[in-house]
Amino acid sequence: MLAYTLRRLLATIPVMTVVALLVFSLLYLTPGDPAVVLAGEQATEADVARLRSAMALDRPFLERFGIWMGGIARGDLGMSVFSNRPVTELIVQRLEPTLALTFGALLIAVLIAVPLGTLAAWRSGGILDRLVMSFAVLGFSVPVFVLGYLLIMLFSVYLDVLPVQGYKPIAYGPGPFLKHLALPALSLGIVNAALIARITRASMLEVLNQDYMRTARAKGLSVPRILIRHGLRNAAIPIVTIIGIGFAMLISGVVVTETVFNIPGLGRLTVDAIMRRDYPVIQGVILVFSLTYVLINLLIDLSYGLFDPRIRY
Amino acid sequence: MTTSVSVAPRMRIAVPVWRFAREHANAAAGAAMFAVIVTAALAAPWLGTIDPQSIAVLDRLRTPDSQYWFGADLIGRDVYSRTLYGARVSLQVGLGVTLLAISIGLLVGLLSGFVQAADAVLMRVMDGLMSIPSILLAVALIAITGASLSNVIIALSISEVPRVARLVRSVVIALRQQPFVEAAITAGTRFHLILWRHILPNTMAPLLVQGTYIFASAVLTEAILSFIGAGTPPAIPSWGNIIAEGRTVFQFAPHIVLFPGIALSLTVLAVNLLGDGLRDALDPRFVQRG
Repeated sequence: MLAYTLRRLLATIPVMTVVALLVFSLLYLTPGDPAVVLAGEQATEADVARLRSAMALDRPFLERFGIWMGGIARGDLGMSVFSNRPVTELIVQRLEPTLALTFGALLIAVLIAVPLGTLAAWRSGGILDRLVMSFAVLGFSVPVFVLGYLLIMLFSVYLDVLPVQGYKPIAYGPGPFLKHLALPALSLGIVNAALIARITRASMLEVLNQDYMRTARAKGLSVPRILIRHGLRNAAIPIVTIIGIGFAMLISGVVVTETVFNIPGLGRLTVDAIMRRDYPVIQGVILVFSLTYVLINLLIDLSYGLFDPRIRY
Repeated sequence: MTTSVSVAPRMRIAVPVWRFAREHANAAAGAAMFAVIVTAALAAPWLGTIDPQSIAVLDRLRTPDSQYWFGADLIGRDVYSRTLYGARVSLQVGLGVTLLAISIGLLVGLLSGFVQAADAVLMRVMDGLMSIPSILLAVALIAITGASLSNVIIALSISEVPRVARLVRSVVIALRQQPFVEAAITAGTRFHLILWRHILPNTMAPLLVQGTYIFASAVLTEAILSFIGAGTPPAIPSWGNIIAEGRTVFQFAPHIVLFPGIALSLTVLAVNLLGDGLRDALDPRFVQRG
């Protein structure tokens, strides 16, 4: 298991290198000379040249890529052009809201989608199945920001039970924290639930046709036990796989949801960085998000052994 | 991946449309909705619209009434006209991205499936591209190339190419081992004939289905990009831009966000329904959503 984990971890290096190369090329291709910007308006030609060589901007592409990668290995993602603070620091500051939103949404998505998908498969062809499938197509088609605004209208404007926008850190206590998180996590969760519900249904349908399901029923096991112990466990691998793939959707969703609900997370940081053309920050955020995505999917691959004991590493 | 591949039957155009519609009610509904949206976009000037850019400051934030069917926005532009003209932008992006992503993806996939030497490198690049969430990749590309409609189309296409390339590659690899292809090779059939007669026809069904998903996702992502201010230039009335402009006044003038939001949702819904119906009808095994 350990050897397999290490091997898989090493296997992510080429992918991450390609990602890093793509992201680095972005900055390399960016119009404008960072040395001129940093040197300021008073700088002479010689000042700019000195700064350029100090920042290694006059070196060839691959050497600059190497220097940049070396920095990343030490946790140095460069300096924000706008605020003149380290990108790593900016990212760490914005981490909590984004993590809370992502996990909240994922939790809601799984809690909605897995039971609904299972029930739809169990009663396939029935009214419940049709309702769940309609929900799935609809959830897939309504953009997260439209859903977000509809939920704000309903819960904050008409019913007036939840705050319209904003974020309260968990340090302010669970009440305000959850109240502010509820709507953004719900809107992002529902969109993701649509994807997971479809796969849960499809995967369960396949499992329900197996002989051991008939045996379980013949043994007189209760329906929940049949569906959960014998059904879901065997249907789990496609479901966790789609959760991993859906994570990319979740990241795009985070950027949008944070804008709709005014949450000061990584998504807002990205959007602000785009507005200010703050390329080091854009680079850093893309790198962090992509690394997370690759690692999540690695974890999911490793989790297969939990669901299927036949899978040994 | 199994070695067998379902070889989709040639689509017979003679099959009556109504039979397909009866058997795949959802797909038919999607196709009908999509047809209405396309017609509305093309016929926008004759559907009671005014110039989507014309400003009537006195009518700003007017709620929907008989003159302003969808109300007026912050500076008094007609939201109905803007929504209808916005459909043109979305459909242009959807079509452009679908065609571009499929052409490039087809090329990369064929190259990768046939040329062993190119395969490893191309697939690593595709893996890398796939690991960058598409919205961020698009954001970064637009940040360096500048916001314009064609740059949005190019940026979104780049993030869709890997999925198409992988799909085509898996079809090629599975087909290469099929007896009819091996027989053709043994008989000395020239490469371009094998490609033209045996490989390409079999990529059509899965690409058609994948194409609808790309279309839906491109329309959605363009709106998201415009909404966060990194997409279509604000001067163009795209749905994402209209919603972004209505964001600040959303609580007392929700119509500015609502109508383009509904139009956007219905468009994506129509294409998704059509795609699901086509997938059920053609049953290509390689298509993956997500």
